[in-house]
Amino acid sequence: MSATLERGIHAFKEVIDAPVASFFSSCVRCGLCAHACLFYTETEEPKYTPIYKLEPLRRVWREEYSFWGRLTKALGLSKPVTDDMLTEWETLVYDSCTMCGRCSMVCPVGNDIAYMVRKMREGMAASGHAPAGLIGATQRAVTIGSPMGVKLPALQAQIRHTEQDIGLPIPVDEVGAEYLLLLSSMEIMNFPEFIGAIAKIFNQAGVSWTISSEAFEATNSGIQIGVSDIAAELVERIVSAAEKLKVKSVISPECGHAYMAIRWEGPNLIGRPYSFKVVHILELLDDLREQGRLKTTGKETQRLTYHDPCQISRRGGVVKQPRNLLNMLAEDFVEMPESGTMNWCCGAGGGVSSNERADELRLKVFNRKKQQLDAIHPDAIISACSNCRIHLEDGLEEYGMDMPVLSLTETIAEHLAGSEQPGSKE
Amino acid sequence: MSETELLLWVRGPALQGATIIFLLGIAVRILEILMLGRKTDLAEARGSAVAGGLRTIISRSFAQRETLQRTAFTEVTGWIFHIGIFVTLLFFAPHILLFEEVLGLSWPALPTTVIDATTIVTIIALLAVLVHRIANRVTRFLSRFQDYLVWLVTILPMLTGYIAFHRVGLSPPMLIAIHILSVELLMVVFPFTKLMHAFTLFMSRYYNGAIAGYRGVNS
Repeated sequence: MSATLERGIHAFKEVIDAPVASFFSSCVRCGLCAHACLFYTETEEPKYTPIYKLEPLRRVWREEYSFWGRLTKALGLSKPVTDDMLTEWETLVYDSCTMCGRCSMVCPVGNDIAYMVRKMREGMAASGHAPAGLIGATQRAVTIGSPMGVKLPALQAQIRHTEQDIGLPIPVDEVGAEYLLLLSSMEIMNFPEFIGAIAKIFNQAGVSWTISSEAFEATNSGIQIGVSDIAAELVERIVSAAEKLKVKSVISPECGHAYMAIRWEGPNLIGRPYSFKVVHILELLDDLREQGRLKTTGKETQRLTYHDPCQISRRGGVVKQPRNLLNMLAEDFVEMPESGTMNWCCGAGGGVSSNERADELRLKVFNRKKQQLDAIHPDAIISACSNCRIHLEDGLEEYGMDMPVLSLTETIAEHLAGSEQPGSKE
Repeated sequence: MSETELLLWVRGPALQGATIIFLLGIAVRILEILMLGRKTDLAEARGSAVAGGLRTIISRSFAQRETLQRTAFTEVTGWIFHIGIFVTLLFFAPHILLFEEVLGLSWPALPTTVIDATTIVTIIALLAVLVHRIANRVTRFLSRFQDYLVWLVTILPMLTGYIAFHRVGLSPPMLIAIHILSVELLMVVFPFTKLMHAFTLFMSRYYNGAIAGYRGVNS
C-alpha cells in the first residue's frame, strides 16, 4: 500500500462515526437517491447515484468496523480500496456532487449522504485525490487569505470606491462594533455593490458594524476540499479577528458554503464553542424587519422567484427569512416547484465551481434549474449566494435564457425608504 | 429422518439456533454502530436535535409529492410488500399462536381469506421489485449478489407459507417444515445483510433528522 493511500484509508477510518455506520448498515440500494440528484437526473448515468459516490468509504467502514467485514477481510475475501479505485472516484465525489444534500432529504432509510460525502472528501484529499482547481483555491486561501487570491489592497480599493459612490463610511477594524461583516472573494471582486448595500441598510437601521482587515474572507476551501486542519485554521482567523474586535456577532454574507463553514462546522473544527454569535445576513435583515428597523419603499413589479442556496436553506435552516423579506419587496413573487428545503442545486456549489474539470458537467446539469424556471417563467431570479449567482448567470447564458440574477440584500438596499431608485414603483 | 422428526428438528433445535444467530447478530450489529459514537455538536443550536430525529423517524416513511411522482413504482411496491410481510407475519392465526407460545402475548387474527389475498399481493409486489431491480438502470447498476440473495430469502417464506396453507404437493408436516426452514434461513441471513435496515433505519433516520433539526430544518 502506498503511503498516500495509507493516509487516505486512515482518514476514512477517522471520519466514520455512528451515523455513518448506521447509514451504510441501512442502505437497501433502492436507487431513490439517484432521482434526487441533478447529476443523475440530467445525465441518466447510474454512476452518479449519490450513495454510489461513497463506495470507497463504505468499503472501509465494512472492513474496519463490521464483524462480517472484518471476518471476510481476515479470510482475504474482501475487495480492499485501492489507489486506482480512489482515482476513479475522484470525479464522482468532487465533480458530480455539490454536497447540496437533496439526496439526504429523500432517502427512505434516512441516510444523510451529503454528511458522508463531506467526510469522504477528507480521505480523498489525504490520499492525494483532490482536484487541481480546489487544491489551488485552498493554497491561495491559506497563503493569501482568499481562494481567489484577493488581497487586502483590493478590498481597500473596493471600500474606497463604495464610500465615494454612496457617501457613507465603511468601518474597518472598529473595536467594539456589534457586528463583524465577512465577505466572500466573489462579492469583493464580482459584486462589490454588496458592500454598499450593507452600508446603506445598516446606516438606516442603526447597526454598528465593521469589516476586519485581518479576516474578511468568509469562504472556507478547507471544507470544500475536505481538509479539516486547513478548514480549522481558516475558521481560527475569523475567530481571532472577532475576539480582537470584541464583536457580539459575526455576519456570514451571501455565500452558501461560507455559512455552513462559519455557522455550523466552525466550532466543531476548532473544538470549542464561539464567544460570539454567527448570523446569516438574511437572518439579521429579517430580524431588523421584524423590529421595524428595516423600512423599504416601493415594490418590484417584475415577476420574481427565489433560488434557495442549498447550504443556506436545506443545510443551513434559513428558509423563511428570505421569503419574509421578499414579501416586503415583491409584488409578484412566485415559488419554483420544489423550492425551499427541496430546491434543486444550481450545480456549482461544494467546490464544483473551483474545479475547472467539472465545467462542462455543471452546465449540463443546469438543465434541472432551467426546467424549474420554465415552470414559472420569472422575469428575474433573486438569490443569496454569489457562487449561485455566478453559476446561474453562466447557466442562463448557456441555455439562452435572458433573466437577471439579483442579490436579495442588494435589492433591499435599492428599496430602502429615503433612497428612491429609478424604475421601481412607488 | 422421518417427516415428523424433521418437523420436530425444524421447530426445535433449528429454530433455537436461528433465533440465537438472529438476536445475537442484531445485537452485535447495533452495538458496533453505537460504539463508534458521535461527537457533540459545538455550534449553537437553532432547533432541537431530538425532536428533529424523532420526527424524521416517522416522516421519512412518506415521500414528498414530487419525489413520489418521480419514483412512484419503487415507493408503491415498497409500501405494498413491507405491509404485506407485516400483516401476514403478525395477523395469521397460526403465527399468533406461535407468538403466544413464545411471548405469552396474543391478539386477534385476520380472516384467512384476507391473509391469503395479502400473501398473493405481496408475492406479486416482490416479483415486481425483482423485475424492477433488474430492468431499472440505477438499481441494476447498484445491485450486488447480496441484493438478490436478500430478495430470495424474503420471498421464500411468503411462497412456502402460501403453498403450505394450500397443501400443494407434499404432505402437510413436510410443507410446514419447509416453511419454517425458509423463515430460519431469513433469520440467519438477516444480521449479515441489508435486512438489518429493519432495525438500523430507526438509527439512521434519527441521526438524519437530528442533524437537520439541530439547524432548524425538518428533514
